[in-house]
Amino acid sequence: MASPSTRGAAIDLRSVSKHYGSFIALDEVSLRIEPGEFMTLLGPSGSGKTTTLNIIAGFTEVSSGSLDVGGKSVIGVPAHKRNIGVVFQHYALFPHMTVSRNVAYPLTLRGIANPGREARVHKALDMVKMTDFGHRFPSELSGGQQQRVALARAIVFDPPLLLMDEPLGALDKKLREWLQLEIKRIHRELGTTFVYVTHDQEEALVLSNRIAVFNQGRIEQVGTGRQLYDEPETLFVAKFVGDSTILRGAPSTSGDETAIDIAGRKVTTAKRLPGGAKPAMLLRPEKLSLVRRGKGGQDQNILPGRIGEAIYLGSGSKYEVVLADTSKAIVRSTLDAETFAIGDEVDLIFAGSDVKLLADDEKADLNQT
Amino acid sequence: MVARASDSRDTGPAVAAGDRWRWFRRQAFWLVAPALLLLVVCLGLPLAIVTLRSFSEPQWGWQNYAWFFGTPVNLTVLQRTFVISAWVTLACVIAGYPYAYVMTVVGPKMRLVLILCVLVPFWVSGVVRTLAWVILLQDSGVINSVIRGIGLGPVKLIRTQTGVVIGMAQVLLPFMILPLYSVMKAIDLRLLQAARSLGASPARAFAQVYLPLSLPGVYAGAIIVFILALGFYITPALLGGPRSTMLSTLIQNQVLSLLNWGRGGAMGVVLLIATFVLLALAAPLSRQPHKTGSKRQ
Repeated sequence: MASPSTRGAAIDLRSVSKHYGSFIALDEVSLRIEPGEFMTLLGPSGSGKTTTLNIIAGFTEVSSGSLDVGGKSVIGVPAHKRNIGVVFQHYALFPHMTVSRNVAYPLTLRGIANPGREARVHKALDMVKMTDFGHRFPSELSGGQQQRVALARAIVFDPPLLLMDEPLGALDKKLREWLQLEIKRIHRELGTTFVYVTHDQEEALVLSNRIAVFNQGRIEQVGTGRQLYDEPETLFVAKFVGDSTILRGAPSTSGDETAIDIAGRKVTTAKRLPGGAKPAMLLRPEKLSLVRRGKGGQDQNILPGRIGEAIYLGSGSKYEVVLADTSKAIVRSTLDAETFAIGDEVDLIFAGSDVKLLADDEKADLNQT
Repeated sequence: MVARASDSRDTGPAVAAGDRWRWFRRQAFWLVAPALLLLVVCLGLPLAIVTLRSFSEPQWGWQNYAWFFGTPVNLTVLQRTFVISAWVTLACVIAGYPYAYVMTVVGPKMRLVLILCVLVPFWVSGVVRTLAWVILLQDSGVINSVIRGIGLGPVKLIRTQTGVVIGMAQVLLPFMILPLYSVMKAIDLRLLQAARSLGASPARAFAQVYLPLSLPGVYAGAIIVFILALGFYITPALLGGPRSTMLSTLIQNQVLSLLNWGRGGAMGVVLLIATFVLLALAAPLSRQPHKTGSKRQ
C-alpha cells in the first residue's frame, strides 16, 4: 500500500450541468476536491447532490462542463473503467455470492489470482471487522453488517476515490453513529479521497473535512463545518446547517448600524449588509439567552416571547420561543441555567455583535426536509 | 392483545386465542377439499385405472411392458419425444429470455402490450393455432416464399421435426415467459450498476450478476415447457410426419384405433416415470444456495 499522501485522487468539476428535458438537475456546478479529502455533499432531496455523485461515478453523463479525476478528464469514460469505489444506500451486495466472493469480485475482474486475492479480501474484511462472516450470504446479515461488507468490497481494489451515497440512510440511529466513526477511521487509515452524500447535517459535521451545501441544483457554499456554522453565506446554509433563529422585519440603516423592527420592538447590530439586499438577522442558539419577563439588562437587544416548547437534552435544555410576530427562536441553555416551562413569559436577550446579517432570500424557505 | 397475551398473570385470553387459531386451522383444511376432490376424481382415479389396466389387459402380468421395451420403434419414439421436447424447451428459452427481460425494463404501457402479445395467442385454441402453422409452414406457404425469395430455399418444414419444434415452441412460449418475467422483475437492476462500479463491463455484469439471478426463472419455465411438451398431442399430430411421431400419437393410436388399453396404459406409465426420473435428476440444478436478489431488503 502506498503512503496516504499519494493515494487519494483530486476531483475537479467545472461548470457541470445536467438537464433532463427542461428540468435542470445540476446548474453550472464547480467544485474542487483535494486528494485525500473527506468531502460531503449536503442538501435536501432533489438538490443535485446525488446527481453530482452519479456523474463522478460515471452512471450519469454530463450535459455540459468538464470533470477531471486524478488530473485526467473522465468525460465519456464508462463507469467500469473509472476505478472508483461506490457504496450505495441499498447495499447492492450480490445475493448469489457469499460475503467473501462479493468482496473478491472486483479483484477477480482485475485478474488478481490467489493467494494474493484471498489476502486482500481478508484485509478488507478485517478493516470493517467482518472477517468472521466470509462464508455467509448477504441475506444472512443485518443491514449494518451488509453495509460494512459493501464498504469492504468498495475499498478492496484500492481505488483512489470512494463515493458513498447516503450509506447509513437505512440504519437506525445508534448503528449510524457507530458506523460514522468507523467510516472516519477507515478514511484516516486509507488516505483515499472520500465523497459522501447525505441530507443529514449532523452526519456531515461529524465526518467531513469540508462540506458542499447543495440547493436546487447549485452549490450554495463550500467550507468546513465550522465555517458553515459560524459564517454562513446564505440564509439557506444558515437554516440547513445547525439550529438557527432568523429575525425578519422592516429594516432600517443608519451609518454602520442595521435595525430590524419586530412587532414594534427594534433590534440593532453595528453591522451592515453590503449591497442593497434586504437584511435578515441570524442568531445561533448558544448566542441567545432567556430571562423571565422584565429581568433583562438595558444595553442589549430584548425581544419578548413565550416558551412554546421545552426539550430536556440531558446536557442542557432546548427551548422554542414564540416571538411577538409569531416567528420562532431556538435557544439552548446549559444545565445550571434557569429552567422554564411551556407557556412562561420570557425575554430573549442577545448582543448586537453576535448577530449575523444575511440577505433575505425566499429560496431559503423552499425545499426544507 | 399482544401485550396482554405475553403477560404471565393474564394467560387466559392467550390460551383461548391459541385454541381458536388451532380450530381455525383445522377448519381451513376444508377450503382445499374441493380442489383435492377434483384432483382425486379427475386425475388420481383415471391414472390408477390406466395403471391397473396396463397390468391387467389382456391378462395379468408384465406383458404390455415387455411388448413396449421389446419393440424398437417404441423406444425410438420415446427417445424422439424427449429430444423434441428438449429442442422445444431450448427454443422457448432463447426466444423467451430476451422477451421477458424487455418486459422488465419498458414502461407500464409498453409492458401491457407485451403481456397481451404473450397472452392473446393463449386465448386462441391450440388447434386453430396449429392449423395456422400448417398454412405458414407448408411448402408453398409464407415462410417458404420468403426463404425462396432471399435465395435460401425451399426448405422442407411441414411434416418435419423442425416444423413440430417451431409449432410447439410457439404454443408453449407463454409458459416460459411468464415464470421468467416474475423472477426477472424481482431482480434489483441497481446490482448491475454496483457491478459496473466494481469494474465489470456491461457484458460481464450481465453474465455474472443478472444471469445467475434469473436462472431460477429459466429452470421454472423450462420444467413447465418440457413436461407439457412431452405430452403434446395436437401440434405434433398435425405438423409432424411419420418421422416426427411423438409418444402421445402412439398412445392415441393404441387406445382409440386398436382399442388396446393395456398397451396404451403401459406407454403412459413409462412416459410418466421417465418424466419423474428426469425431474429428479434436474432438481439439484434449480436449488439455489441463497435467497433471491429481491429489491426488498
